[in-house]
Amino acid sequence: MNEIKPVRSIGEYVPMVDGPEKVSGRAQYTADIAAADALVGRIYRSPYAHGEIIKVDTSEAEKLPGVVAIVTGADCDVTFGVLPIAYSEHPMARDKVRYKGEPVAAVAAIDEATAQEAIRRIKLTVNELPAYFHAQDALAEDAVDLHENRPGNVERDVFYELGDVDEAFADADLVLERDYFCPEVCQAQMEFHAAVADYDPVRDRMTVHASTQVPFYVHIQLARVLGMSKSQIRVVKPFVAGGFGCRTETLNVELISALLAKKAGGKVRTVVNREETFITHRGRPETEIRLKMGMTKDGKITGVECETYQRGGAHSGYGVVTILYAGSMIYAIYDIADVRYIGKRVLTNTPPCGAFRGHGTVNVRFAFESLLDEMAGELGLDPFAVRRANYLHAPTFTENDLMVNSYGLPECLDWAEEASGWKTRRGKMKSPGVGKKKGLGMACSHYISGASKPVNWTGEPHATVNIKLDHDGSVVVLSGAAEIGQGSSTILVQTVADVLGLDMARVRIVTGDSEVTPKDNGSYSSRVTFMVGNAAIEAAQNLKRVLVEAAARKLDARPDDIDVLGEVYRASSQDQGLTFDEVVAEALKDTGTITVKGNFNTIPESWGGNKYRGAAIGGTMGYSYAAQVVEVTVDEETGEVVVDKVWVAHDCGKALNRLTVEGQIEGSVWMGMGQAMSEETGYYEGLMMANNLLDYRVPTIQDSPPIISHIVESNDPNGPYGAKEAGEGSLAGFLPAVANAVADAIGVRCLDLPLTPDRVLAAIEGKSKTMKAARRRRGRG
Amino acid sequence: MSKHLVSFTLNGRPHDGVAPDNRLLLDYLRETLGLTGTKTACDGGECGACTVLVDDQPRLSCLTLVGQVEGKRVDTVEGLAGRGLSPVQEGFHQKLGAQCGGCTPGFVMAAEGLLRRNPDPSVDEIRDALGSNICRCTGYVKIIEAVQYAAEKMREKAA
Repeated sequence: MNEIKPVRSIGEYVPMVDGPEKVSGRAQYTADIAAADALVGRIYRSPYAHGEIIKVDTSEAEKLPGVVAIVTGADCDVTFGVLPIAYSEHPMARDKVRYKGEPVAAVAAIDEATAQEAIRRIKLTVNELPAYFHAQDALAEDAVDLHENRPGNVERDVFYELGDVDEAFADADLVLERDYFCPEVCQAQMEFHAAVADYDPVRDRMTVHASTQVPFYVHIQLARVLGMSKSQIRVVKPFVAGGFGCRTETLNVELISALLAKKAGGKVRTVVNREETFITHRGRPETEIRLKMGMTKDGKITGVECETYQRGGAHSGYGVVTILYAGSMIYAIYDIADVRYIGKRVLTNTPPCGAFRGHGTVNVRFAFESLLDEMAGELGLDPFAVRRANYLHAPTFTENDLMVNSYGLPECLDWAEEASGWKTRRGKMKSPGVGKKKGLGMACSHYISGASKPVNWTGEPHATVNIKLDHDGSVVVLSGAAEIGQGSSTILVQTVADVLGLDMARVRIVTGDSEVTPKDNGSYSSRVTFMVGNAAIEAAQNLKRVLVEAAARKLDARPDDIDVLGEVYRASSQDQGLTFDEVVAEALKDTGTITVKGNFNTIPESWGGNKYRGAAIGGTMGYSYAAQVVEVTVDEETGEVVVDKVWVAHDCGKALNRLTVEGQIEGSVWMGMGQAMSEETGYYEGLMMANNLLDYRVPTIQDSPPIISHIVESNDPNGPYGAKEAGEGSLAGFLPAVANAVADAIGVRCLDLPLTPDRVLAAIEGKSKTMKAARRRRGRG
Repeated sequence: MSKHLVSFTLNGRPHDGVAPDNRLLLDYLRETLGLTGTKTACDGGECGACTVLVDDQPRLSCLTLVGQVEGKRVDTVEGLAGRGLSPVQEGFHQKLGAQCGGCTPGFVMAAEGLLRRNPDPSVDEIRDALGSNICRCTGYVKIIEAVQYAAEKMREKAA
């Protein structure tokens, strides 16, 4: 007879619970929802980068048969946004347009051709204003303000100095200062932005299906913008094909669809195309960084000064948070005391930026790890040794009061050094051909496991999970956590199944429907596994308690004596015990269907400090750590850089699912590679140029190297089973690692990204800085 | 726009329909027939998400008119699964070749096309065959493993 024992899935390689739907075509994304009864929604967008609106003339469009509703900025004077202090955006522009592509009006019509023709008939008249396409231009003294309440086009000025940086530089054996430049990049997730809004005029109710990472935020903003009670709105998140941060805020597509549906008194489906999805933007800002660092001859960092300019685009979005992350996350990876940070988030006439994967941390990490590498070289130190000279010692708090309880960076470095053959291969690799040289570079990175203070501070727990158990013995997890392809539903099923010792097949999950599932803040800043995972564990433990009590009743034993063996519950002394179904039947007696709840809250120690305004940003329950080595071949004649191989180790605390953790690490490293090697939006007079998947050069399988990943488990004391984040922390390290590898290969530092042949050649010819200066002077471009 | 009758074999079944001359196969599948497994993810010919097989050859349905498949065999992602998942689908599921799933139907069909003509492809041959498909989640590492898994399953089945 087989031994009866609980089924464990935590720590195994587990395929995703919703995989079969995705590989068979049965998964329904927003654009797949049957819409024969829906009107087609389309958006009219500004062809001007900056102008006062004189008239939006829709009269000709209204005459077109088949046009059911038209909305403009005049239909909605309510602003929306992310931070309650910075709701700066209207669903459609009023008074002013501020970037090329900004929604101005929208049409709902009986078919696509009619909607398209109606859009063609809309006329926008503006009084054009000077437009600014780079941060420095928008900051010019005579620049016109984009927003009245943001004088000088500064969205947020950040300054802090902790310790005494000047003294720290005086104590250093080497002080070096460099300028770095990272162009704007986009998420380019596979799915177009889409929303199906269904207004029921009989009941005055609105149902919106949307391709979002944050159904709860969308719910709040829909209520504001529509002027409806939240109780009359239902938000459903169907399958979502990626987000990477561009869907961590309510998008105009969702609001406009709902405004159209309300006006039309029916159902409107708006699926924007690839170009519009690009122009909706919310990616990583163009960033200029001046970084200065002091170091002793042993490689100890004495002090850091960092000045960062972010081109934020035309609206606030996540801007304040992004510029604060860029500063706060200088900390929490190494033991640094003295830092001076100057950050400027600037409003410009380009699409608004957002919270791209690695939010705020990536570009500064590129600068930081590049400079560390260069200084190590100048001091004759090994890059690994320099990192080792600056380790944190957990548990600890950083100088800016960030709580670090687990720290697997040393293990990450040890593995990456060993696996890549760093010691034996670096500087000794043969040239693979004429004009070609090989190099190895390394870098580290880190990321948060969810922000400890939520954007919308309501006093509710960070996460709530419900579990329903009914007569059929099926365990149903109800969660608002947005599965967007990262595997959150799989993790929640795993944790619940594991606590109960059941096979995952017995556990089902329902997510992302405000009518059924408990509210969740959303899928961003790698919060779901940590926060919702902990809530799911608590919920499952509560259910287990109910079942144990029922079993004890039935077996006439004490609850403490009940062994939970998954499908069998028995008192220690008994052989036979009860089947799970028998326990469920007993548990339901007198009370009926059981619903239990689990919550998760962060602890105040993790909320960051108050040494400067905005110091809470960066606070988290646990930081992930990563180290990677990148091998490249550089062609000195053409400037072409080929990434040959990557070795990456990531400390995720505990891998709840090794398969999905590996997938996240590989995907992060690769996405960092896209930004480092080829991706860039690019503008001409404010019009986004790389607004399609040919010009916006996402690496193909042909451009992508083998990525050897390794999981480090530091077992965070507060994480679910010890887990921390896995989906973002490895991204940032790739950028400096590859730049450092190029420097190792050809002895030239590339300070401008991406490493396209023209930039690499310019760096080889010593022209990199000239290019940057030219870019600043040129202003428009 | 004039409309014509079209007849072709769709996922193994005879299909007759009517479509305007300018109707794209992609829109016909998704909008007219409701076969939404085939995905739209670019404005034309850039990403491979809409890949279907036409007479076993991978084709971008966003660059194919319905009239062009007259008399031919068209296979979409919905047609692969019999009882359970097909070997390629099983590979993408088991090996995590699919994360968000947005590119997956296109990759599955491109891989299916490859394995129908080459049951034992090398890694380079897999890269070649999938070079027109963009994935934004996986870094392609597990997609290659998924195709290798599928190839092995198919060879086992054939043996």
